[in-house]
Order: sequence, then C-alpha cells, then structure tokens
Amino acid sequence: MNLFFSFSALVILILLAVIGVEAVKLEFLFGVIIPYVAIAFFLIGIIYKVIYWARSPVPFRITTTAGQQKSLPWIKNSKLESPNTTLGVIGRMLLEVLLFRSLFRNTKAELKKGPKLVYGSSRYLWLAALAFHWAFLIIVLRHFRYFSEPIPAFVPFLQNLDGFLQIGLPILYITNVLIVVALTYLFFRRLFDPKLKYFSLASDYFPLLLLLGIALTGILMRYFTKVDIVSVKEMAVGLFSFQPVVPEGIGVMFYLHLFLVSVLLAYFPFSKLMHFAGVFLSPTRNLANNNRMKRHVNPWNAPVRIHTYEEYEDEFRDVMKASGLPLEKE
Amino acid sequence: MYDSGKIIIGIIIFIALFTFPTWYLFTSGEAAPMPDLVYPENEDQKECVYSAEYMRASHMDLLNEWRDIVVREGKRTFTTTAGKKFEMSMTNTCLGCHSNKAQFCDQCHNYLEVNPYCWDCHVDPSQLENQ
Ligand code: HEC
Ligand code: HEC
Ligand code: HEC
Ligand code: HEM
Repeated sequence: MNLFFSFSALVILILLAVIGVEAVKLEFLFGVIIPYVAIAFFLIGIIYKVIYWARSPVPFRITTTAGQQKSLPWIKNSKLESPNTTLGVIGRMLLEVLLFRSLFRNTKAELKKGPKLVYGSSRYLWLAALAFHWAFLIIVLRHFRYFSEPIPAFVPFLQNLDGFLQIGLPILYITNVLIVVALTYLFFRRLFDPKLKYFSLASDYFPLLLLLGIALTGILMRYFTKVDIVSVKEMAVGLFSFQPVVPEGIGVMFYLHLFLVSVLLAYFPFSKLMHFAGVFLSPTRNLANNNRMKRHVNPWNAPVRIHTYEEYEDEFRDVMKASGLPLEKE
Repeated sequence: MYDSGKIIIGIIIFIALFTFPTWYLFTSGEAAPMPDLVYPENEDQKECVYSAEYMRASHMDLLNEWRDIVVREGKRTFTTTAGKKFEMSMTNTCLGCHSNKAQFCDQCHNYLEVNPYCWDCHVDPSQLENQ
C-alpha cells in the first residue's frame, strides 16, 4: 500500500511534467515558477524547522555508551566516542556527518533455526548510504558548471576524477553508477526483508523513488536522449541571477529532471530528509559528556526558596548567643 | 530558542552555501558570455553532417560512432541517412569546415567546462600553424 502510493505519486508527477511541457507548452511554469516556489519552500521550511527544534531545551547531557567516559586519570577514556571537550564533540560530529559513524555500528537481528535469535553486524546499509550520499554531493558540485560563470576550479577537478575511467563518450561518471546502484539497493532492502517492509512507510519509499527518478532522468539526458546543454546553462544562470529566460527547444527530459528536483526541494522540509539538519541537533552527538564535571541546571526548574545556615544564624544570633549555643560567626 | 548563537551561525552557513550560485554570479561581474560561434563561410560548407539541432546536442555520439567504425571496422566513409558521404575524420572533416576550433568547439566547451581529451592525440591544424 505504502509502496503503491509512493510509486503512483511519482508516476503522476512524471506525467504531469511531461504533459505540461509537451502538450500544454507550460515551459515557463515548469522552468521558472515551480523552481522558484520550490526554493522558497526549501529555504523557509528548513529555517522554520530548525528554529522549531532549537526551542526544545536539552537540560541534561544525553550520553551514549559507545565509549568510556572521562573519569579517573588512570582509566583511559574514549576521546571521540565519548568526548568531554568541544574539540572532541566536533571530531565526533565530523565522523558522523562525513563517515556515518553511528550507522557503521548497525546491527541486524535474525531468527535462525532453533529457534535462536542471532545478532550480527550489518555493514551493507552503511556502505550503500555512504556511497549514495557522496555520489550525490559530487554530482551536485559538478552541476555548478550549469549554475556559475566563470566555473569554479573544483568542477574540472571533480569531472576529471569522476570520469577517470574514460569509458564511452560522453565519458561515464563513476558517481552515476554509484548513485543508481546505491539507491536501488536501499530501495530493495526495504522490499526483501519482511520486517523492514512491515514498518516502511510511504515517507521512506517516496524519497528513494524520487531520488532515483532524478538520477535516472539526468543519466538519460547525458547518455541517451540528449538535450541542448548550452540553452540549459542559459536558463540556469537566468534563474539564479533572477533574470529568468526560457530558451527554445531544450527537450522534455530536462524539464522532467528539473521538475523532480523542484519536488524534492519543496518536499524536503516536510520529509525525513531533514536529517541533514537534524544530525547537527542530535543531543547524543552534539553534547559533550561532561555531566560529572559541570553542573547542568534544568531551565524549567521552579525557583526554590532556600534559607542557608548563615542566614539562619544571622536571624537568631542573639537568641543563640544568649542560650550559649556555638556560633560560626561571632 | 536555546543556543541561539550556534543555531543562527548554522542557519547563516546553510543559506550562504545554498545560495552560492546566486551570489557567485552577482559578485563575478558581467553576465555569462554566451558562446560566440563562427560558422563555415564557404558555399560548399553550408551544411553540417546532420541538422544543427541534432549536432548541437549529439555531436559526441556521432564522433563516438565514427571512432568505432574507423578503429574497429577499418571503414572510412560515412553515409548519412540523407545519403551524403563524409570521410570519417575528426581533423579533416569536422575541423575541415569548422576550421577555427577556438572560435567554434572551444566556445561551447569552455562555457560548460567540457574538456575532451581527444586532442591529446588528434591534431588541431590551427595549432600547427601557430607553432
Ligand atoms: C553548441 C555548442 C558546442 C559546439 C559548437 C561543440 N560542442 Fe562538443 N560538446 C558540447 C557540450 C555541451 C558537450 C558536453 C555534453 C555532456 O556533458 O553531456 C560536448 C561534448 C563533446 C565531446 C565529448 C567530451 C566528453 O568528455 O564527454 C566531444 C568529443 C566534443 N564535444 C567534440 C566537439 C568538437 C570536435 C566540436 C567542434 C567541431 C564541438 N564539440 C563543438 C557543446 C558543443
Ligand atoms: C590515445 C590517443 C587517442 C585519443 C586520446 C583519442 N584518439 Fe581518436 N584515434 C586515435 C587513433 C590512433 C586513431 C586511428 C587513426 C587512423 O586510423 O587514422 C583514432 C581515430 C579516431 C577517429 C576516426 C579517424 C580520424 O582521423 O578522426 C575518430 C572520429 C576519433 N578517433 C575520435 C576520437 C574522439 C572523439 C576522441 C576523444 C573523446 C579521441 N578520438 C581520442 C587515437 C586517439
Ligand atoms: C560540410 C561542412 C561541415 C562539416 C564537415 C561539419 N560541419 Fe558542423 N556545421 C556546419 C555548418 C554550416 C553548421 C551550421 C548549421 C546551421 O546553422 O544550420 C554546423 C553546425 C554544427 C554544430 C551546431 C552549432 C550550433 O549552431 O549550435 C555542431 C556542434 C557541429 N557543427 C559540429 C560538427 C562536428 C563535431 C563535425 C564532425 C563530425 C562537423 N560539425 C562537421 C558545417 C560542417
Ligand atoms: C538534487 C539535485 C540534482 C541531482 C541529484 C541531479 C542529478 C543528475 C545526474 C545524476 C545527472 C547525470 C549526469 C551527471 O552526473 O552529471 C544529471 C544530469 C543533468 N542535470 Fe541534474 N541533478 C540535480 C539538479 C539539477 C538542476 C537544478 C539542474 C538545472 C540546471 C540540472 C540539470 C542537469 C542537466 C542539464 C543534466 C545533463 C548533463 C549532461 O548531459 O552532461 N540538474 N543530473
């Protein structure tokens, strides 16, 4: 059901763009208005979400048991897994963001004959996730050849690295293979494991299918149904410098690609893809484990009226002195 | 909002990165110069191998096809679907008409940072004259 819903949503979106551009000739709508609206949704949505999250107090350091915390000097502590300094937290965050450290610890529970419950490490999810995210990043960075003039130096650098196998013409990019293989694995992973399939929602399938759609339309455009890329750049530069132009005859495949990207951008703040901002706000990742070194006061504690012994003595000094009780201050 | 300093810095970095294409275009000066193509002048060179629309998007596929036919099958004459015949040679045929590579091929390629490695081996005649 969830899968059916996601798949039909994608098919409807594709038909919408193809009919809109091919039959109704709405190039301006699909090439200019929808991308601008999508970017507005993306920026405002993300800022709203992040500020909304930041309004939840995190009064106490949530520590994880991944590493030995700092305690006595002769007990070796784990500086990256359980950091107690800001530098350590930054290190842990970098490991998490760049290498998905906590996904690497992923385990898998399996019911074997016996019946016996077996836990094992499962690195494939980590590997596919890492491959997908890095391929995606490199592809987006390579896309700066459409958005910028003069083209920044990292673009030719990445193109040479990515096309270093020099297979075919236009040269095959390694990231194009990686992104499709990784997304396909991540998608079928949910289908072939009954447990995973049981709790996969439309919001799990849809982003994967959408990203696969974006990657496949891009690949089709580069290697099979060609588009006029000079006009694409004219249009992209126009979009980003707020002087939109719609050149003639680019080809539907481009509008389809752009429309799916717009859908991704607009859907982003409402989706699980927000983990890109959420990872930075995860209390188990961004708080130093210094519960034992620093006092953390709960911000919503009601103020407690306290009466210290010094104040008590001040109040009753004369009486206490008269009855011969010992005093701290004379 | 808690930790507002850090949150705001984070949001600013995010916006700056996401809008990079826009402020890069505005700070890099003039609008992007479109490719300025010089077409063949001679009367007998007024038509490309295929239509200009097809060539613009798919010339690399044609070159790839030519390369395969020449190197693997040893044939050197190409007949287009319209029945015209061309010698399959990048230097003699393509650059025979588009004699100024810098004012034609490179115009588009620089605009889009395309760096065909073909010229490592193949000859661009205009480069020879310069030397
Ligand atoms: C209208 C602009 C334009 C003109 C003129 C042009 N090209 Fe291209 N060429 C392109 C674009 C754009 C690409 C990149 C396509 C892509 O990345 O999908 C390309 C790619 C190529 C490639 C494949 C390179 C690679 O690494 O993928 C070759 C080879 C090539 N062109 C040769 C030529 C030659 C030779 C000429 C001159 C006779 C020429 N081109 C003229 C726009 C042009
Ligand atoms: C390592 C050197 C080398 C590179 C790089 C190279 N070629 Fe070639 N190419 C050759 C050789 C050798 C031949 C065979 C020449 C002959 O038999 O006339 C050839 C033949 C061809 C031919 C047919 C004959 C001719 O003279 O044009 C085409 C077309 C061609 N290559 C296209 C390309 C394209 C496009 C690229 C870039 C993507 C490329 N080549 C890169 C070495 C190279
Ligand atoms: C007989 C001369 C001739 C030959 C050979 C030739 N061209 Fe062309 N080419 C032309 C002309 C003339 C035009 C302009 C056509 C027009 O505008 O209708 C053109 C247009 C093009 C365009 C489109 C430019 C644009 O307006 O965007 C490309 C790309 C191109 N040629 C590449 C090539 C390549 C690559 C080869 C070799 C396979 C080649 N040409 C061989 C004459 C030739
Ligand atoms: C989420 C963002 C995007 C993703 C993941 C994506 C993905 C891809 C992929 C995988 C390709 C195949 C070729 C390559 O890797 O270069 C491609 C090609 C392409 N993309 Fe995108 N794309 C994105 C956004 C855009 C945008 C905003 C534009 C608008 C300018 C665009 C225009 C193109 C064009 C014109 C091609 C054809 C490239 C060629 O023929 O060389 N893409 N895209």
